[in-house]
This record gives sequence, structure tokens and C-alpha cells, in this order.
Amino acid sequence: MNFPILSSLILLPTIGALFILFTKSSSGKYQSSKYVALFISLANFLLSLYLWHVFDNNSVDFQFVENREWLSGFINYKVGIDGISILFIILTTFITPICIISVNATITNRLKDFLIAILIMETFMIGVFCSLDLVVFYLFFEAGLIPMFLIIGIWGGERRVYSAFKFFLYTLLGSVLMLVAIISIYWITGTTDVEKLYELGIQVEYQNLLWLAFFSSFAVKTPMWPVHTWLPDAHVEAPTVGSVLLAAILLKMAGYGFIRFSLGLFPIASENFTMLVYVLSLIAIIYTSLVALMQEDMKKLIAYSSVAHMGFVTLGIFTMTQQGIEGSIFQMISHGLVSAALFLSVGVVYERHHTRLINKYGGLVSIMPRYAIVFMVFTLGALGLPGTTGFIGEFLILMGAFEKNILVAIIASLGVILGAAYMLWLFKRVVFGEINNQELKSMKDLKTFEIITLSALVIPILFFGFYPEPLINSIEASVENTLNMYNFDLINNLASKD
Amino acid sequence: MENFQYILPEIFISISIMLFLLVGVFKKNSASLIYNLSNISLIILLALIINLSSLDTIYLFNDSYLIDNLSNYMKIILVGSGIFVMLTGSKYIQVINLNKIEYPILILSSILGMMIMISSNDLIVFYMGLELQSLALYVLASFNRDNLLSTESGLKYFVLSALSSGLLLYGCSLTYGFSESTNFDQILINSTEFNYGTTFGIVFILVGLAFKISAVPFHMWAPDVYQGSPTSVTLFFAILPKIAALSVFIKFLYTPFANMNDQWQTIIVFISIASMIFGAVAAIGQKNLKRLIAYSSISHMGYALAGLSTVSNEGIQSSITYISIYLVMNLAFFSCLFMLKRNDKYYENIEDLSGLSKKHPILSFSLLIVLFSLAGIPPLAGFFAKFYVFLAVIEQSMYFLAIIGLLATVVAAFYYLRIIKIIYFDPEKEEYETSHNLGLKITLAISTIFILAYFIYPSSITEIVSKITMI
Repeated sequence: MNFPILSSLILLPTIGALFILFTKSSSGKYQSSKYVALFISLANFLLSLYLWHVFDNNSVDFQFVENREWLSGFINYKVGIDGISILFIILTTFITPICIISVNATITNRLKDFLIAILIMETFMIGVFCSLDLVVFYLFFEAGLIPMFLIIGIWGGERRVYSAFKFFLYTLLGSVLMLVAIISIYWITGTTDVEKLYELGIQVEYQNLLWLAFFSSFAVKTPMWPVHTWLPDAHVEAPTVGSVLLAAILLKMAGYGFIRFSLGLFPIASENFTMLVYVLSLIAIIYTSLVALMQEDMKKLIAYSSVAHMGFVTLGIFTMTQQGIEGSIFQMISHGLVSAALFLSVGVVYERHHTRLINKYGGLVSIMPRYAIVFMVFTLGALGLPGTTGFIGEFLILMGAFEKNILVAIIASLGVILGAAYMLWLFKRVVFGEINNQELKSMKDLKTFEIITLSALVIPILFFGFYPEPLINSIEASVENTLNMYNFDLINNLASKD
Repeated sequence: MENFQYILPEIFISISIMLFLLVGVFKKNSASLIYNLSNISLIILLALIINLSSLDTIYLFNDSYLIDNLSNYMKIILVGSGIFVMLTGSKYIQVINLNKIEYPILILSSILGMMIMISSNDLIVFYMGLELQSLALYVLASFNRDNLLSTESGLKYFVLSALSSGLLLYGCSLTYGFSESTNFDQILINSTEFNYGTTFGIVFILVGLAFKISAVPFHMWAPDVYQGSPTSVTLFFAILPKIAALSVFIKFLYTPFANMNDQWQTIIVFISIASMIFGAVAAIGQKNLKRLIAYSSISHMGYALAGLSTVSNEGIQSSITYISIYLVMNLAFFSCLFMLKRNDKYYENIEDLSGLSKKHPILSFSLLIVLFSLAGIPPLAGFFAKFYVFLAVIEQSMYFLAIIGLLATVVAAFYYLRIIKIIYFDPEKEEYETSHNLGLKITLAISTIFILAYFIYPSSITEIVSKITMI
């Protein structure tokens, strides 16, 4: 493989963005820009599918590795993927075209700028999941703040400025400590190359502090309780497409980071801090589920449910079991699809009725039957009904948790029930019941492009819900490898103590 | 006599200054002519310096003048940014009626003074250069003499700067008294033993220098002078004296006082931390863009000093890289400022940027890039500047400094974001003029592309700078 397929994946959206930037649209509507963006993102999606096709599921090594000299010889631009990253890349390239198709429903002004922001965002997101060097990772991880800040701030709702600032400053604050940790790792070990670091390992005495520094960044981004408060604000004020990107992909960066870096680089510290993560995850699951129950704003409700779902993810990762980690990855993919779908669904009714308050709706099933059906699928996906992807993720995570700590698993299971409660209640209030509000009667059912985007999301949710094999196959070998390395380090550490 | 070929740049610029002065006196209305000639002479000067830069270390005039990698690099970025400062300001000084013959001549003399400062290897030569540049700067600050703020800033700068020069001189005399020499290398040799006299000397000299680069707690002049001076002079203030002073900082710390790093390291760390925090916090409430950039430059100097405090070659190199990237960001920022013109009036309040992005997408985009870069967000050049500094700081295990510095960037990010918010999120105001002179456009384009594309080849500056070793 000499063709730099990963760099192409990373760069293609930027090239598209530059193309859109430098071409003038004859009409003021920038429809042609939209087609260019769609074309580019679909091409990228096909490229990533091809990547999945040629990806060797059984290998535990990093594949398609590219290594170029970058920072005067001591830090290289290194990208490569393994079973853990491949699915996130496909998720990113899959969600982006859906976002672009949904754009004209919500974005009325400065469409061209918006498309550029989304494409640049895609570059950074793919970069995060590909990078095999800590500095490169940090670069992509942080750079994503710029387009997201603009997406929330320019095209957001009433309190968009507050939310954009909160989002930006929270995540930046979390990340600066990670930068200190990355530089420290460089001076401790002499490299920031992830592959080399896996081999070398980091001395035990440094691990706890470094782990905490990384944790501060990932915890904000996940987001974990108690630093989750930026998320509901950002979600509520962001335009629909912004919420989709945020929920579907941005939140996954942290979960991915936990597996790749926290577990991979600091196994002993991860073991030490397992209880901390358990407690925070459980609080996230139970507390934010309860908060979600009380929400009156649909987007806020889904935002809180995201926090709860990500609580499951962090819980699963730190069970350090094959099922738990696989379940977490699966849950992240599933949440990526389901939350994207839910935000799009909210966008559909918001665009028609211009409110997100739940009590302004009711009885949509009789006016918008098609909408009611897809919304139901997504609701069930979110609460983890068997047959949807949500079930498999949560099931595997709970299995992993039961293996390690029964109490934790039982409390987490309560979260599943709460999840069912708030999602079903939301569905009941919005879709069923009488039509109290006469204005609702004029609402039209789904338009063609909405059917395309929403059904594009229904299919994988159901397909992988019934047949998770392809996804599990891809991640299995790499997760096993990560765990083996992890356990090996732990045993070595114990042996050295004795 | 053969020594003179090495100071050809200094000789050339001195002759140019005198020649232009003569032309100005005997030829009426020659202001524009001299302005353009000065620019050309700066370009020739740059070529002369680059021509010399391939040589090794050369000591001249009884070791009182030194040409080495550090001085060559600093002179190149000094004169290089001088050219861009002249290019961007040419239209501005015509519009606000400052196009007098003294203006370019003062700038040239100030650059000459800075070049002497950078190359000096002797307390007396250093002080000579320092005063030459300061005297020119006093006049430049109050150049718009009909303007109350400008006059005030000139006077303020003069009084405070004279005070700091006094302290500096006192420090020099103490150092001389206890080490029996004015030559930097000789001072290093003579001051092997600890004594309070030299320690006091260091403190006074550092105070004087900290004043010149407006580091906290000697920063009080900066906001007023930045705001009061004509914008083209502010740009000059923001870049050139800082390059010269930082270079002298490096020289003092690592040549005459190299043995006493346990004495000055704490001072530099304190100044650095104070500048980073103060610059970040005080900028939050500002309404005037020039004033804001003054606070921002205070905090940036804090980062540059953080690199110096490490007592390592990497630290020095990171500081030099920092100031190089900093000057490009400032050039870009001020170029944007020069473009906020409507009916022969320049606008410089933050509110004037409101909704700029709707009518001026390219200008706004440039500002966006510059501001994110100033905030140090990757993948822009400003991030790499900070990255190198922290790389050096953490190498010496100075975690406290690193963490404070990075937390200060988060605070600083707030006020940069506020400007971006005003440009992009707020309702639009009247349109600005769109026709600008070529020099301004070129400067903005070059600097923005540099900031934006720096990540593609981030070693570009580092590789040149890595030749500069002091320890």
C-alpha cells in the first residue's frame, strides 16, 4: 500500500472546502456549493468504505501507516488505523454527507461558509481518529474547536454566544493540561509516537499524574459529570446540523481517547483510577437520566441522554474486559447514529413549528405518520430495545460490568430503565395523544430529503442491531490486543513490586 | 580598516539617514520621496545583512561589537519587519497628515539604534544604541502632535523610559564597579564569585530591559502609548523594540550574567508569570483594539520570557521562534486595523468591527485566523510558538510555569473570542472602504498565509534558529 489513503481521507474535505471558498456561485443561493460539498463528502464516505473493505480484521498492528518527518525531526506526522479507529472514521464520513443534505432545512444565511465549516470539521475529526502521534492528535483534537465555535456562534439560537463561549473555554481548559502531559511524555520517553510508546511503556511513577492530565481533557469532551454542563447549552443553541456533528462524532473523540491513550499508555494508572471513573459514570448515568426526565426542551432532553449514554461508554471502557470495551465502542457508534437521528428528528419538527418545547407538541402521529414511524425507531434505538444497535452496546457493557463489579452493574442497569422512561415519555408526549395545538395541523409530513437522511440512519441502526457481526469483527482483534498489553503491564508491575 | 566591511549595514543606514535628512531640508515637499527611499534603503540593508549572515562569529572594535548567529537573525527579522511596517503604514500617515520627512528618518534612526543594541558586546555600546532608539521612539510616539492622546503618550513614554534608562545605567555602573569591565565577556570572566554589587546590577539592568519589552510590573506605559500613538507607530512599537530588547535580554542573561543564573532565574520566572496572567486578565475589559493589543503583547512577552527563564539553548531558541511568529501575527493584525477606514477616518474600537464578516468576508477571515493564532489554537502558527516554549520549559521540569502559562492562554482565549464574536455574530454596521494600497494587501496576504500554512512545514523557523546557541 503506497497510496496514502488516510491522508487522502483527511485532506479531501479540506480540498473541497477550498474549492467552495474560491468558486463563486452565480445565483446567491449557493446550491452548487452544496452539491460540491455533498459530492466530496460522499466520495470520502466511499473511500472510507473501501478502506474498511481492504482493512485486515485479524491483524492487531496498525495498518495503512504513514510516517513523515514533520517537526524538525523529532515529532513525525504519523497516521494509521486499527480496529478501534476504523469504525469511527466510517461513522464520521457517514454522518457528514447526512449533515450536508440536511443543511438547507436549517441554515438560511451564509450557506457557503457553513459548508466550509462542516468540511473542515470533517478533516479534523478524521484526523483525530487516525493520528498515531500525540502531538498530531492534540493538533486535530483542538483544531476542531474553531469550526464548532463558529457553527454554534454564527448559526445558533438565541443564547448562541454564551453557549459557544462556554463550549470553547471548557474544552480548551480541559485540553491545556493534556498538552503539558504530552510534552512531559516527550521528555520522559523521548518520543510521542503512540506505537513506540506502546512498546516502551511509561514509568509507573509518572503514570498517575499523566493519566489525570489526559483525563481532564477527555472528561470535559466526553462529557462526564460534573463537567458536562457545556453540552446541553451547546446542543440547544447549535443549529440542528451542529448538534448532529457534536453528538455523533465530537463526543466520541474522548471515548476513543480513553481507549487509545488512557488505557494504552497508562495501564497502571487506569487501574488505580477505575473506581473514580465508575463513580463518575454512575452519577452521569443516574443523575443525568433523572435530569433528562424533567426537561421541557426536546434538544436538552436528548443532550442529557447523551451524557447518560456516554456514562455507559466510560463505564464499559474501564471495566477492562473484552465485552465492556467492545460494548463501549459499539455503544459509541450506536449513539453516533441514534443521537444524530434524534437531533435531525427534532430539527424536522422545529423547522415546521419553530419551537422545541415538548408541551407545544402532541398527536403528531395523526398528522405526520411517516415521521412518527422513524422517530419511534430512533426512540427505541436510544433506549436500547433488542434489535437496535443501542441494545447490543448496553448489553455488552453491562456484561463487562457484571464480570468486574456487580454493584456497579446493578446501578448501571437502573440507568437503562430510566433511559427507557425518559425516551418513551418524550415519544408519548410528542407523537401520541390529542392534538391540543391547532397550529400543528398545518404541519406537513417528511419531505424527500428528510426521508433520505432519516432512512439512511434507520437502516444501519436496525441492520447492525440484528447483525452486529461486521462491526464486532472489526474491533475484536484490536480490543483483545489492547487488553493483552494492558494485563501484561499490570502483571509486570505487580511482579516488580514483589 | 578591514573591520568596516562587517559593519557595512550600520554604515550604510547611517549614511542613508544623513542623506535623506539633507534631501528633506533642501527639497520642498519631499516627504513621499523620502518615505519611498527609506523603504528601498531598508531593503538594501536587509540584503547587506543577509550577505553577512553566512560568516562566523566576529568580534569588532576591541570586542565591543559582536556579529554572530543571534545578532544576524535578530537583525534580519528586525529589518524585515521594518520593511513591512513601512509598507503597511504608507497610506495611513498620508491620510492622517503625518507624511513629514522626519517620520521615515526617525524610523530609520531607531532601527539603527536597535541594530547597535543587538550587536553590542559592551555596556557602553549597548547604552548608546538603546538611547538612539529610545530618542527616536519618544518623538514617534508623540508624532501626531495635534492629538491630545498622542502628545500624552509621547510624554508618558519619555518620562517612564527615562526613568528606566536611569535604573539601567545605575545597574550598568554597579556591574562595572564590581566586575571592573564594561565588556560582556570580561564581566563574565571577572564575576565568578558571588557579590551583592553584581546582583543589584543584574536587578537594575533587568528592570530597565523589562520596561523596554513592557513586561509586568513595568508595563504601565504600554496601553497608553499603544492607544495614543498613530497606528503605524503603534505597529512599530509592538514589534521592533521588542525584537531588539529580547535580543539584548538573551545577550545579558547568557553572556555577562551566565554564571549567575540562580540569581536571575527567579526574577525572569516571576516577570514571565506576572506578564502572562496580567496581560490576559487586563485585556478582557478593553474597548479599544490598540489598547487591547497592548495588553495582549504584554502577555505574549511573558511567554517569550518563559523560554528565556529555562537556562537552556532550547529555551532561547523557543523564545526567538516565539517572537518571530509573534511579529507576523502583529503585522497581520495591524494590517487588518489599517483596513478599517471610512471617509478618511480610521476606526479602532472593538465595536467598530461589529458584523464585519457580512460585508468583508476576506478581511474577517484574516482577522479570525490571526486572533485564533494569537490565542494559540492549533493548527495555526501561534500554537507552535507556544508549543516550542512549553517544550523547553517542561524539559527543565518547570511544571508550575508551564501550567500557569497554559491556563493564562485559556483566559486570553476569552478576549480573542470576544472580538471574533463581534466580527461574526453581531449585527452588521456600515461598510468600510475596500480599496487599499498594494503594500497593505500584500502584507496581510503574506502574513495570513504564513500563519495558516505554518503547520505544513513547522520546522521552517526552528531550523534557522537552531544555529543560535549561547550556552
